[in-house]
Amino acid sequence: MAAKTDLRRFTGFLPMTFVCLFLLYAPLIIVMVYSFNDSKSITNWGGLSLRWYEEVFWGVESAKFKAAALNSLSIAVVAAISATTIATMAATAMLRAGRFRGKSISFALINLPLMVPEIVTAVATLVFFSAIGFTTGYLTILLAHIVFCIPFAYLPIAARMQGIEDVYEQAAMDLYATRFETFRLILLPLMMPGIISGFLLAFIISLDDFIITNFVKGAGIETLPTAIFGSVKQGIKPNIMAISTLLLMVSVGFVTLSWLVGRMGQNKK
Amino acid sequence: MTDIAVDIIDLTKCYGDFVALKNVSLGIQDNEFFTLLGPSGCGKTTLLRTIAGFEDVSQGAIRLYGEDIAGLPPNKRPVNTVFQQYALFPHMNVTQNVMFGLLRLGQGDATARKRVTEVLELVQLTRFADRLPSQLSGGQQQRVALARALAPNPKVLLLDEPLSALDLKLRQAVRLELKQIQQDTGITFIFVTHDQEEALTMSDRIAVINDGQVQQVGTPREIYEAPQNKFVANFIGETNLIGVTVVDVSGGNATCTLPGGAQFTCPAAMGATAGPGHLSIRPERVAITAPETGVLQGVVARQVYLGTDMHIDITPTGGETITVRLQNSETTHIPGNGELVGLNFEAGSARLLVD
Ligand SMILES: Nc1ncnc2c1ncn2[C@@H]1O[C@H](COP(=O)(O)OP(=O)(O)OP(=O)(O)O)[C@@H](O)[C@H]1O
Ligand SMILES: [Mg+2]
Repeated sequence: MAAKTDLRRFTGFLPMTFVCLFLLYAPLIIVMVYSFNDSKSITNWGGLSLRWYEEVFWGVESAKFKAAALNSLSIAVVAAISATTIATMAATAMLRAGRFRGKSISFALINLPLMVPEIVTAVATLVFFSAIGFTTGYLTILLAHIVFCIPFAYLPIAARMQGIEDVYEQAAMDLYATRFETFRLILLPLMMPGIISGFLLAFIISLDDFIITNFVKGAGIETLPTAIFGSVKQGIKPNIMAISTLLLMVSVGFVTLSWLVGRMGQNKK
Repeated sequence: MTDIAVDIIDLTKCYGDFVALKNVSLGIQDNEFFTLLGPSGCGKTTLLRTIAGFEDVSQGAIRLYGEDIAGLPPNKRPVNTVFQQYALFPHMNVTQNVMFGLLRLGQGDATARKRVTEVLELVQLTRFADRLPSQLSGGQQQRVALARALAPNPKVLLLDEPLSALDLKLRQAVRLELKQIQQDTGITFIFVTHDQEEALTMSDRIAVINDGQVQQVGTPREIYEAPQNKFVANFIGETNLIGVTVVDVSGGNATCTLPGGAQFTCPAAMGATAGPGHLSIRPERVAITAPETGVLQGVVARQVYLGTDMHIDITPTGGETITVRLQNSETTHIPGNGELVGLNFEAGSARLLVD
């Protein structure tokens, strides 16, 4: 029998896969299901309803959540655009400036923040802002987000760029394109799938961020994650589950989009 | 002087300690199909890239119609390249690819489009104008690359082994077409290849390069029939190298002692000197005779059947094996193994080489 002769087959590990999947997804599924619960309780099922979604959009706390969502969204958009732009320029500089001293160390340094514990970055950012006397608020959140999004945007962009042979740029220069035209007409379109992936990734990272935001936001301003956290401190209400579900949907949507764009770019090559 | 399209003067190119091109001097004529021929790694691509402007030169000068272009970036040189990997822009269709150079030169959309139609007709690709490069076969991509480089009407076209990715049949067809296009457009072609047959069939003149140095420049006939040194004689076609002692060189002729002791006089390459040397003689120019009438005597060592021809390996007394090519016809006498035979050749078929 083929199964017996297949050396790559280790029996008994399949159930582990299901345990993992269950542990990963059960809490999320419970939150999603209970967001449609027609009861104030978070443990007893009281029938299907959209009342908590109504509550989110039109209830007593709706103004607070709307303001927080607006902050989150505007910060995520601006931070993602800025981080992507910076990351694109950095990738171009690092991968197309020929060899320069400290190239590989720069490469490592750009990616290093991905491995630094976020709490450390959060403390450091706060210390930095207070050291230069910056008042915490919307602007500090935005600046912090731009900065910590850069490595996330950089990864897919640099990966994409590494796959582009420089013979295209040579061909363009050979055909009378200036350096800038070569960048704009050849390199940028070829990098676009990476750039879009980077943008979406940065957007989602910014939208979801809690730790750093909580440190640098100061009083009187909330993003969606900090607002949710603040709300939960007074007890979990089902409307939190509704918001969480919405946020999850947005995240999943963006990650899927990012994945699709990345795949599209690969197929084209 | 005005006929010289590209004048390469004492060009040296180093990568760190490694010398890729050593004192290369070449004068490429206007409207010429000029080929750079040499084995892999000899520096052909490097030379092409210095002309295109992708590599700076360590020493020497490159003149394009009298103007020194060594300091100009690639986009300021009226020279276009057909890259070995074609390098078609993957996100642009055929028309956009071909139009790219025209638009960069500041031509209007209408003028550029007219020119694109013209060039696509020239390379017979009109039907594929709207396709992306990934939707074309290798041969079609090669034509697009050619069309794209021809469109701006460059003064000189550089082609880096453009046929190497094609299969044999297609390669042979494209050779003739390429030559035709060169003659019709009157553009100077500098063509790189490591395929001697390609070089011999297409070129007006060939520069044979080895180890970053020019070995010989000449017409295909000169290169084949009057090789300058051992490398050229061996690289172009098959040849026999016979070790001799040169007694005297004068007036372009050399008198030498063959293995076995016979005296022989034949043309000598420029710069050949007295002393030990080598004669080159092509296998098809050696005749097998009776032992006493040959200038060399030897024993048949091996016969190789090649279809239309036979190769007979003969070991002369006191020399290295000589291959003779015989036409395979019913009347040809094929000597058997171990038979003692004489070898004879005309003075004009042999040539004393520079070692
Ligand atoms: N950027 C570089 N740095 C160092 N050495 C190089 C570089 N480019 C080429 N060389 C060396 O220069 C020599 C000539 O290379 P080149 O590409 O010109 O060879 P070629 O004649 O085109 O060979 P092929 O027929 O294989 O394409 C080679 O030995 C190569 O290793
Ligand atoms: Mg090459």
